[in-house]
Amino acid sequence: MRMMTFAKRNFKEIVRDPLNLSFLFGFPVVLLLLLSAIQANIPVSLFEIAHLSPGVAVFGLAFLTLFSATLIAKDRQSSLMQRLYTTPMTPVDFILGYTLPLIPVALAEGMACYFFAVLLGLEIHVNILLSLLLLLPVALLYIGIGLLCGSVLNDKQVGGICGALLTNLSAWLSGIWFDLELVGGAFLKVANLLPFVHAVEMQRAAIAGNFADIFPHLWWVLGYAVAILIAAVALFLRQMKQ
Amino acid sequence: MYAIQIEGLTKKYRDVTAVDALSLRVEQGELFSLLGVNGAGKTTTIKMLSCLTDPDEGDAFLLGKSIRREPAAVKELIAVSPQETAVASGLSVRENLELICGVHGFGKEKRNAKIRELTELLGLDGVIGKKAGKLSGGWQRRLSIAMALISEPKILFLDEPTLGLDVIARSELWDLIRSLKGRVTVILTTHYMEEAEALSDRIAIMKDGKLLTCDTPARIKEETGEESIEKAFIQIVRGADK
Repeated sequence: MRMMTFAKRNFKEIVRDPLNLSFLFGFPVVLLLLLSAIQANIPVSLFEIAHLSPGVAVFGLAFLTLFSATLIAKDRQSSLMQRLYTTPMTPVDFILGYTLPLIPVALAEGMACYFFAVLLGLEIHVNILLSLLLLLPVALLYIGIGLLCGSVLNDKQVGGICGALLTNLSAWLSGIWFDLELVGGAFLKVANLLPFVHAVEMQRAAIAGNFADIFPHLWWVLGYAVAILIAAVALFLRQMKQ
Repeated sequence: MYAIQIEGLTKKYRDVTAVDALSLRVEQGELFSLLGVNGAGKTTTIKMLSCLTDPDEGDAFLLGKSIRREPAAVKELIAVSPQETAVASGLSVRENLELICGVHGFGKEKRNAKIRELTELLGLDGVIGKKAGKLSGGWQRRLSIAMALISEPKILFLDEPTLGLDVIARSELWDLIRSLKGRVTVILTTHYMEEAEALSDRIAIMKDGKLLTCDTPARIKEETGEESIEKAFIQIVRGADK
């Protein structure tokens, strides 16, 4: 009950911010419309809707990091956290309370993205449901990064690191906007060592129905998500003690 | 049984001793003020008593529960109203009160009854639906105190409760704090000497982490031969420098 009450509060704080909603739902839709318009005029296979929409769905989730990190950093800096630390709430209540409310937000983002993709020509298929399911480990990855950053940074630092740096890393190293093979070399190697390109490739494989191709990528995403969540929990507990 | 029994409580931050072998006792239902200049150790003492910081030496027992060995049990007994207003700014007044009821595990009936009682007691009826972040400082302070009281604490820590309030708002909060006497043990920290004198059953004066004196306002004035607690405080603190 304690955790659910806290999760409810966090959900309200996030969805009541119009800026959050516009970034989460508006930005991916604008990207889909814009790149589909380019595709209509200058056909590029990268921007075909079945290839583009999985990447945009993943990219939209990068904003979850910004929301969760900002909320946690602000809470840490305010006396509200001090008050809550003196209540019977346990560390598990805090961590789940910050993590769980972002799961439905992530699913809603994915649904909005694929809804507009269908309007733009994506075939309605059961694979969309699988893609939505596979957005969950990606969401956990981004929420974990948010929990980690929110536990060590203040809200201004969070804006720079999670808002600018992470979204750029997610964009550049994910193969959404350009083919990483064309760049090659160290850039490609670094991209393949990070989870972003694997999240996108996993989504593309699911939408295309190439189920066997999901797996190498799913392990990468899950591995990163679990490692980052463990680090985030450790750092959160450490700052709680401080 | 004492509400608070402190035995040789010590806290060091590197080479600075913030609280130095503090020992004192507070009776149940007493309104007890902790006074001291900045850096005297008041806030550190409250942080240790409310289980926010672990002591390096000594122990304290709140209604018999050790802050070192039984922090979860201690947290069931206390509430803290921090110096800054500790409210969730994106939630309404009612939602803030519901949040605290939830983290204390109150059922629906008890929650609604407590919210009715506290909004009436603190005159929050007129602003119950307003967002906490949109309220004036005085109203936020009232809400912050309501959030502390709603959990039915046996021991309430009020850290600078009237800081920054106008004369009327301060007078109204004094009346509220007086009304708690006998029912709740209140530990008050304040820089306003007249506030401590008007409200307290006993006053403790600290300097450099040490307890200089602990007595009723009348006896402190009598022993120093001063007419006011402010003058008595200056004499005691300056006397400790010599």
